[in-house]
Amino acid sequence: MPVVMDADRIGRTLTRIAHEIVERNKGTDDLALVGVRTRGVPIARRIARTLREITGQDIPTGSLDITLYRDDLMRHAVGPQPLVRKTDIQFSIDNRKILLVDDVLYTGRTTRAALDALIDYGRPKAIQLIVLVDRGHRELPIKADYVGKNLPTAPEESVQVRLLEIDGEDEVVLETGGGA
Amino acid sequence: MSTTSQELDQKQAVTTLRRKDLLGIAELSPGEIELILDTAEAMKEVGTRPIKKVPALRGKTVINLFYEPSTRTRTSFEIAEKRLSADTLNIAIGTSSVVKGETLADTALNLEAMSPDMIVLRHASSGACHFLSRVCRSAIINAGDGMHEHPTQALLDAFTIRERKKKLAGLKIAIVGDLLHSRVLRSNIHLLTKLGADVWVCGPPTLIPTDIRRFGVTATSAVEEAVRDADVIMLLRIQLERMEGAYFPSLREYFRVFGMTEARMHLAKSDVMIMHPGPMNRGVEIASEVADGPYSVILDQVANGVAVRMAVLYLLAGGAEHEEAA
Repeated sequence: MPVVMDADRIGRTLTRIAHEIVERNKGTDDLALVGVRTRGVPIARRIARTLREITGQDIPTGSLDITLYRDDLMRHAVGPQPLVRKTDIQFSIDNRKILLVDDVLYTGRTTRAALDALIDYGRPKAIQLIVLVDRGHRELPIKADYVGKNLPTAPEESVQVRLLEIDGEDEVVLETGGGA
Repeated sequence: MSTTSQELDQKQAVTTLRRKDLLGIAELSPGEIELILDTAEAMKEVGTRPIKKVPALRGKTVINLFYEPSTRTRTSFEIAEKRLSADTLNIAIGTSSVVKGETLADTALNLEAMSPDMIVLRHASSGACHFLSRVCRSAIINAGDGMHEHPTQALLDAFTIRERKKKLAGLKIAIVGDLLHSRVLRSNIHLLTKLGADVWVCGPPTLIPTDIRRFGVTATSAVEEAVRDADVIMLLRIQLERMEGAYFPSLREYFRVFGMTEARMHLAKSDVMIMHPGPMNRGVEIASEVADGPYSVILDQVANGVAVRMAVLYLLAGGAEHEEAA
């Protein structure tokens, strides 16, 4: 199980992304962060913290649960329903630039669901996508604006992002499929 | 009270509802109840958005089959279905072939021939939903069957209590009113005792079912005793339409002895919640000052009903397919 990012690397990467955000948006006016549950949420909070250190401004941060928007709900016998968690966006997204945050970009289907979910909350000025890892194999025309690490993978492999807030440690691991 | 399977599923969180139907609370484990309540919290947020609709049940058809009058429950189910993007239709007996003599099974099978995914049934006969679940492939949701159960009402009551008190275990909950005819009472007793509440039931001796203590509740006809230091007081409607004899001298007499007045309410804890499943008979089981007062959460119950029903519909929609696949 090769570790492809350790805690230091994750920290530096998120700092770099925060700087890219400030550069690209010429500051942080009208920005808001929305993390996709589960692991996009702590990543969004960390980026918000770094942005505050850089600019001195607080960026509104929320969390989005996309379960009810999944395209595989009810579609085939996938088994019981996935657990629905609460979406928590305590600010209006109208006319803001929303930075959507997820841990891994893979088929793009989660992002598609997240875009649909976000639009139900209002009409943002723009949506930009931040991912810690882009592992390729897109099934939809979706592209990230900020990528922590491009990681070429085989479809049978799986990328596990572990974060301090949820898993007790920071690391990204590439697991080979098939065997355990 | 020592059911090991219940203790077991409280240790490991239940994440799915592996059943085709929701017929009653009696069959549910504490873990399943908590899963529904947790899911309802997420569903409640949907109702606060500018666009109060999610695509989860897109393409699913739900029939609301109501053999008894209902405003709250039917509307609540319909709103819940629509917020989940299901296609819904309502059948009320007055306008259906039932008036021409069709049986429940025939009506249901004919409806089922049009491939609905779920049927929400309200019926005057206890056990009607269990009967239908054996006849139908669709998921059956009990919206009240005779004097048996009304599971979604108990779930929304529990949700409302948990929202305020953050827990159910250890709370003293007094349920006062027509115990004999109440399906709300039966579902609530099952649910509240499963989650560890201290349940007191109170009414005229003629309206207390003889075996009620078997369900782990304390029964009394002394209303002051039931409500003293209670965290929650739940009033039940006097169901005149189900009464065939004289259970008490008069409605005025009932109010004098059992009616929830401010004086009686103040025997309870200072942060007591006053609940009523509706429809209310003001001046019979509850005084207007209490119903409209600051301790009343009666309208919160109605609001929460939509979220709880969304949770049930969502969780069952997956459960049914799972069972077919297995």
